[in-house]
Amino acid sequence: MQKSDAFELSRRGLMLGTAASAAVPALPAVAQAQATAAPVGSLSKVSFTVNGEAHNLELDNRTTLLDALREHLHLTGSKKGCDHGQCGACTVMVGGRRINSCLSLAVMHQGDEITTVEGLGQPDRLHPMQAAFVKHDGYQCGYCTPGQICSSVAVLDEIKAGMPSHVSADLNAAPRITAEEIRERMSGNICRCGAYSNIVDAITEVAERQA
Amino acid sequence: MKPFTYERAATPAEAAAAAARRPGARFIAGGTNLLDLMKLQIETPEHLIDVNGLALDKVEPTAEGGLRIGALVRNSDLAANPRVRRDYGLLSRALLAGASGQLRNKATTAGNLLQRTRCPYFYDTNMACNKRQPGSGCSALGGFSRQLAVVGHSDACIATNPSDMAVAMRALDAVVETVKPDATTRTIPIAEFHRLPGDTPQIETALEPGELITAVTLPQPVGGTQIYRKVRDRASYAFALISVAAVVQRDGSARVALGGVAHKPWRVEAAEAEVPRGAKPAMDAILADARPTHENAFKVKLAERTLQAVLAEARG
Repeated sequence: MQKSDAFELSRRGLMLGTAASAAVPALPAVAQAQATAAPVGSLSKVSFTVNGEAHNLELDNRTTLLDALREHLHLTGSKKGCDHGQCGACTVMVGGRRINSCLSLAVMHQGDEITTVEGLGQPDRLHPMQAAFVKHDGYQCGYCTPGQICSSVAVLDEIKAGMPSHVSADLNAAPRITAEEIRERMSGNICRCGAYSNIVDAITEVAERQA
Repeated sequence: MKPFTYERAATPAEAAAAAARRPGARFIAGGTNLLDLMKLQIETPEHLIDVNGLALDKVEPTAEGGLRIGALVRNSDLAANPRVRRDYGLLSRALLAGASGQLRNKATTAGNLLQRTRCPYFYDTNMACNKRQPGSGCSALGGFSRQLAVVGHSDACIATNPSDMAVAMRALDAVVETVKPDATTRTIPIAEFHRLPGDTPQIETALEPGELITAVTLPQPVGGTQIYRKVRDRASYAFALISVAAVVQRDGSARVALGGVAHKPWRVEAAEAEVPRGAKPAMDAILADARPTHENAFKVKLAERTLQAVLAEARG
């Protein structure tokens, strides 16, 4: 059983330090709640696999899947951008489907198979989508990139599975791989650097190679 | 987020009974709206009942020739369901116009019906909001109200219902199936499911405490040309300023429901007789009781023009 670790302790220490050094007693309510120790009954056990590796965890119920991945399993590829499901930087795949890991509780993933950007590929054996993002400069600062890559791999699977989108002209025909389709399907992944056109180029290249 | 206890429910009736035993409990399915609100401490449940294991994830034909959609069917799966795409295209289109691919993969049919308003004053815990804190007042009145309701609202609340799916379901005469904590079941027509705000904007649906949605049924397909037209501030992944869900028959008769204008999907059946005469007389009748603010008066004209575009598209 993996217990709380250095990451969590350091964050808590940081928060206590912030509270102590603040001149005004105005620590936001949210930060106070996070710094509070979990009361009895608010821990749960959960088992799931991440990138093929089984994990048994006992977590504060409040722990999102994103925080479990980053702070407990040290898989820091998935990023916390907005933490409210608006930016897509936390996108991972659960059972092959992309979700916002920030808007899902870790304890709700009993038995699930989770894939993060680390599971798609590694620097010495890149996933074709990772290689295409590098080739096409599909990023600038790179913060949204793991989410963009997880999302785009899932997008191509969704198109292959025949799932329609808002811009599909015919609901009952197989969706086509066009820039318009890719842009619509990727709209849940925001890139503040604005690398969108290169992201579309990267995804298009992988899609055409798969077709 | 406030601490909470957590359980996984085994059957719908057990889930409802568990909710009745624990005031302050909430069901959680996709969690995409509830967890967002819990992080902001707008929702502070003491207990979460995870209903994801209740096997309510099937889309099945009904004996009456309609479709029964399990409460836990994910929005993406419902939009892509072959029967829905073929016979209830309006519903597919509405679902695909909402949220993002990631959110649709998680969000459920029942959860979509229960999602809370995106009124900025509901979201800002420093501001008065009768929905979030009954009796505290409504900051939206006289505030930033561009997105907010133009019809059916009250002096207590001018929030809108954010759902696209529910607008299509309103036009399709969907029925909500539920189970209560005493294990009895009932059906609620979609027209009666969402409430207008009145003096109690915190009460948004006809559900009783602990009552759990188990399914949504659609009657037999109604045919016609089915169009969901959503107007928003960006081309994708934004809530509606206005949306029009329409089923237009060859003889010109039509069903029309609006999103983005009220505390519930807005449909006035008696006004639909005006549709063959054109978008203006139809929308004049549908929004006859409109009382927009100075910031959202544009929605009344936008609704008419959007209907006009929809009717033109339906005529081909």
